[in-house]
Amino acid sequence: MNLVVCLKQVPMVTELPWDEKTGTLRRDLAAGMMNPACKHALEAALQIKEKYSANITAITMGPPAAQEILREALALGADRAILICDKLLAGSDTFATSWILAEAIKKECPKFDLLLCGAYTSDSETAQVGPQLAEKLDLPAAAYIEKLEINGRTLRVRRLVDNFRETLEMEFPALVTVSMENYEPRYTTLVGLENSFNENSVIILDAGALGINASAMESQGSRTKVRKVFLRKTQKENVLLQGTAATVVTEFLNKYQRKISAAIGKSIEEIKPVHENK
Amino acid sequence: MKTNKKSIWVFGDYRNYYQNRVTLQLLSKAVDLARTIKAEVCALVFGHEIDEWIMEYTAHGADRILAIDHPLLKSYSTERYLAIIENLAKERDPEIILIGATDFGREFAPRLAKRLKTGLSADCVGLDITEEGLLLQIAPSFGGNMLAEIITERHRPQMATVRPGTFKEIPHNYKRKALVEHLPLPDNLPAPRVRLVEYERSAEREHSIENAAVIVCGGRGMANKNNFNRLHELAKLLGGGVGATRPVIYAGWADHGALVGQAGKHIKPKILFSFGISGAIQHTAGLGEADFIVAINKNPQATMMKMADVAIVADASDVLNTLIKELKKRIRE
Repeated sequence: MNLVVCLKQVPMVTELPWDEKTGTLRRDLAAGMMNPACKHALEAALQIKEKYSANITAITMGPPAAQEILREALALGADRAILICDKLLAGSDTFATSWILAEAIKKECPKFDLLLCGAYTSDSETAQVGPQLAEKLDLPAAAYIEKLEINGRTLRVRRLVDNFRETLEMEFPALVTVSMENYEPRYTTLVGLENSFNENSVIILDAGALGINASAMESQGSRTKVRKVFLRKTQKENVLLQGTAATVVTEFLNKYQRKISAAIGKSIEEIKPVHENK
Repeated sequence: MKTNKKSIWVFGDYRNYYQNRVTLQLLSKAVDLARTIKAEVCALVFGHEIDEWIMEYTAHGADRILAIDHPLLKSYSTERYLAIIENLAKERDPEIILIGATDFGREFAPRLAKRLKTGLSADCVGLDITEEGLLLQIAPSFGGNMLAEIITERHRPQMATVRPGTFKEIPHNYKRKALVEHLPLPDNLPAPRVRLVEYERSAEREHSIENAAVIVCGGRGMANKNNFNRLHELAKLLGGGVGATRPVIYAGWADHGALVGQAGKHIKPKILFSFGISGAIQHTAGLGEADFIVAINKNPQATMMKMADVAIVADASDVLNTLIKELKKRIRE
């Protein structure tokens, strides 16, 4: 069985500066990590490999530093790793990314049986690349799966969508996006990580290797344009309360009784305004 | 019945009509946008025995309804809907398609956008029309800590999925009339390759913290499982849910479903109580959309205390117990 796991390196931060000139986030300023949901997708692949024996190709698109997560995938048990890396491809939206990934998969692992993606990423959170990749490769697919079983060439998945618990079946080749409800990721061993660096096992593909040039980018590339990225403005109150539990709780409840009442839909306002503040 | 008027389409996602009014909210916003770009609002209703939804969407602002009523559409089918809308969109060329960011919508919309070779933004929390007449799509990223303004310049339709609760529905008016087009099921509809083996309604999400108005989160500062368990008591009093940090999950004080942060749930409560949490980035990454944060911690220097609107310097368990006692006295239905 041939499995392909699509991974993404995401910044380990909650905000990044926006570069007006290039119209992208300064991802280079933050340390990267494997996107959490991608770890669950990789874990699902590793469990399939243990149970049925399979060959796992891990693939990502990103800057050279994204090799780190491929090394991590190799250390965990992936057999092959592919990095798609080219400045021409930077800033791709999900429409373009799914096309580029599809081109790489068609070139490097055309005989795959199952493609696994994380259900969404912790940075852009679109959850769109998986479904769009299924569309580009014309595959049966299911998003946010919690569990999968394989019987011959038939894939059976379980998932929870919009208050419905569903069991779905489809034939290989197929695509799933894996939720974080199950397939708790295993840890990387240090030895495994060291070994993954000893072998020269990350294949690096540039746009040219995929037959992608500037004019292909024009026709198949991004459909959306990010005009601006900004921090959500929040007006913080900055109130500090100190003292015994009894005094701080009374002070807190009196000061914010309206706010709390509104949030919980019940009144906690004092009947007698003895401690009512100004 | 083609029209030269621009059209804004709203996908009728009626499956959880009574719990989730996102389609009505989108109709309301579509009416708003349609006024600016001089378009009509068109609702798509596909299913079996759908008269109720046709009536509701008309009453809530649709000018036109494209309806297909067929037993084959009795349960939701991504693949059938894709084929139907792909055909319709190619024939009628809508300017904008809005889809509710339900689980269904967020799986369906990207595939539709890919087929129509157009752009899509995800889980928008704001929509507007730019000076150039384009749909301005405001989408959250980094757990809602950042917002992006996105446009689809050259391709049509302009597509967005929109988070439930973002817009307010228009009050219904059952006297409103819409042009209802009952269309036949296309005869070239491909057989779905994904088979629905079984499905049942599930209440599992109803108590999910992702949509709770009040959330009580606990960290390692709760010291032990007994103390942590009292958070449930406070959450119950406030009609909210309980969240936890990674160390708490590892300690076995809470289930994985309670994990809040980068690798867990992103929450958006009106009030967040944070008990004994230092504020590691893996946790705070999930708090970008909390309106008002109350942190309780012995250490005033903790990141969580600096992020908070109200920082209470005290023992988390003591404050928790006192708060429960006081609220019990005060809460009136």
